[in-house]
Amino acid sequence: MDIYLSPHDGVPVYLQIINQVKHLVATRRLLPDREILPIRKLAEQLLINPNTVARAYRELEQTGWVYKKRGAGTYVSDNPSPLSDSERNRIIGERIDGLLSEAHQMDIPLDELIAMIRRHHAGRKS
Amino acid sequence: MTSLTTQTIVQIDRLGRQFSETRALDDVSIQVDSGQVFGIVGENGAGKTTLIKHMLGQYKAQSGSVRMFGVDPVRQPEAVLSRIGYLSEEPDLPAWMRISELLNYSSAFYAGWDRDYAAELLGVFGLDLKQRVRNLSKGMRTQLGLCLAQAHRPELLLLDEPSSGLDPNVRRDILSAIIRTVADEGRTVIFSSHLLEEVERVSDQLMMLQAGKVLLCGPMDKVLANHHRIMVPAKSGDGENGQEESFWRAMPGLVRYQQTGAEWQLDCYGDYDQFQSFLAQAQLEVLSHRKLSLNDIFLTYSGGTSLAGMH
Repeated sequence: MDIYLSPHDGVPVYLQIINQVKHLVATRRLLPDREILPIRKLAEQLLINPNTVARAYRELEQTGWVYKKRGAGTYVSDNPSPLSDSERNRIIGERIDGLLSEAHQMDIPLDELIAMIRRHHAGRKS
Repeated sequence: MTSLTTQTIVQIDRLGRQFSETRALDDVSIQVDSGQVFGIVGENGAGKTTLIKHMLGQYKAQSGSVRMFGVDPVRQPEAVLSRIGYLSEEPDLPAWMRISELLNYSSAFYAGWDRDYAAELLGVFGLDLKQRVRNLSKGMRTQLGLCLAQAHRPELLLLDEPSSGLDPNVRRDILSAIIRTVADEGRTVIFSSHLLEEVERVSDQLMMLQAGKVLLCGPMDKVLANHHRIMVPAKSGDGENGQEESFWRAMPGLVRYQQTGAEWQLDCYGDYDQFQSFLAQAQLEVLSHRKLSLNDIFLTYSGGTSLAGMH
């Protein structure tokens, strides 16, 4: 389970863990019913407070991404709930806001920005 | 980590300390509960070490009160010190002793000394029992100090600037010791450091001291979530030296403002929505907005045109 932290991007550490575990599950690098790293192990690996890891795992459990076996660790759920609409909107919305303000500062009009996005999208597909 | 019953480990109320002309501590109040990692930051001379020495009972409170595990550490030093593992920046270890002799000697002071655990820690650090303290490097002395501070499995690990001048490997050992301590049975860590990135990583609670006063104190995630840097365009009439001071002073939660080129950089503490509506009313467009790292926050309070002390 490869989780990395970027200390300077202003995203709280527990959220970085949540987002990356979700990503690893969504891309099937963490498979259903496999155990994820124990809280203490991940805390020692990342050199962060175990309470922070515990908080991330708790929220992942509440949203159905992982489940706990009593006294036996934390496991990936079989059918994790997909991201909610509001969560998707929030994540993408933050990126769009950042992109818009940078484009504004570089005097790139909206039409041109949209055209650039389309070109990049076409480039990824080919 | 999370124990069923939370206890108050440290209770300091309105502590004050004067060293001749210097106000070393001024009206400092804190509470530290079991299972927390409590990080203390501040510039040199801010009062970090003075505060920690009060917790150890090395200083008597001139005003206010200090309670450790519910008792006064000056009146009942044994009752308090037996429950604390302490490491200072320059651990004072007898140079002529071998590591094995020092371990034996130290174990006599603590009823709860765990020989196996001490041996395990020495092994992790790769320290040789036969070596004399005087032949150890600074990093090795710190590792030995960490071993001595932990071998009686203290309820409270108290570290005063433990990482100063050490290489990354030893700093990693120190962070691991902190993590291991809180991961075990809800034990507690208090540590002071000027390495803000480390403090940000491992602390639940943060206290920032400046010239003996508490500048900020609270849960780390709240401190990080509530500090914002907002950039707005400077109008052509704005002066270099804060002609607009009265305007900025009216902005709620503004900690520091400074002009950088054609923009104002506003560092604020509080809810982002209120800043947004204040700026919208003044018809100032937000050019960018981001949360501050602990390092940024520290610089915000310690440098530049600061309105610090408002919170």
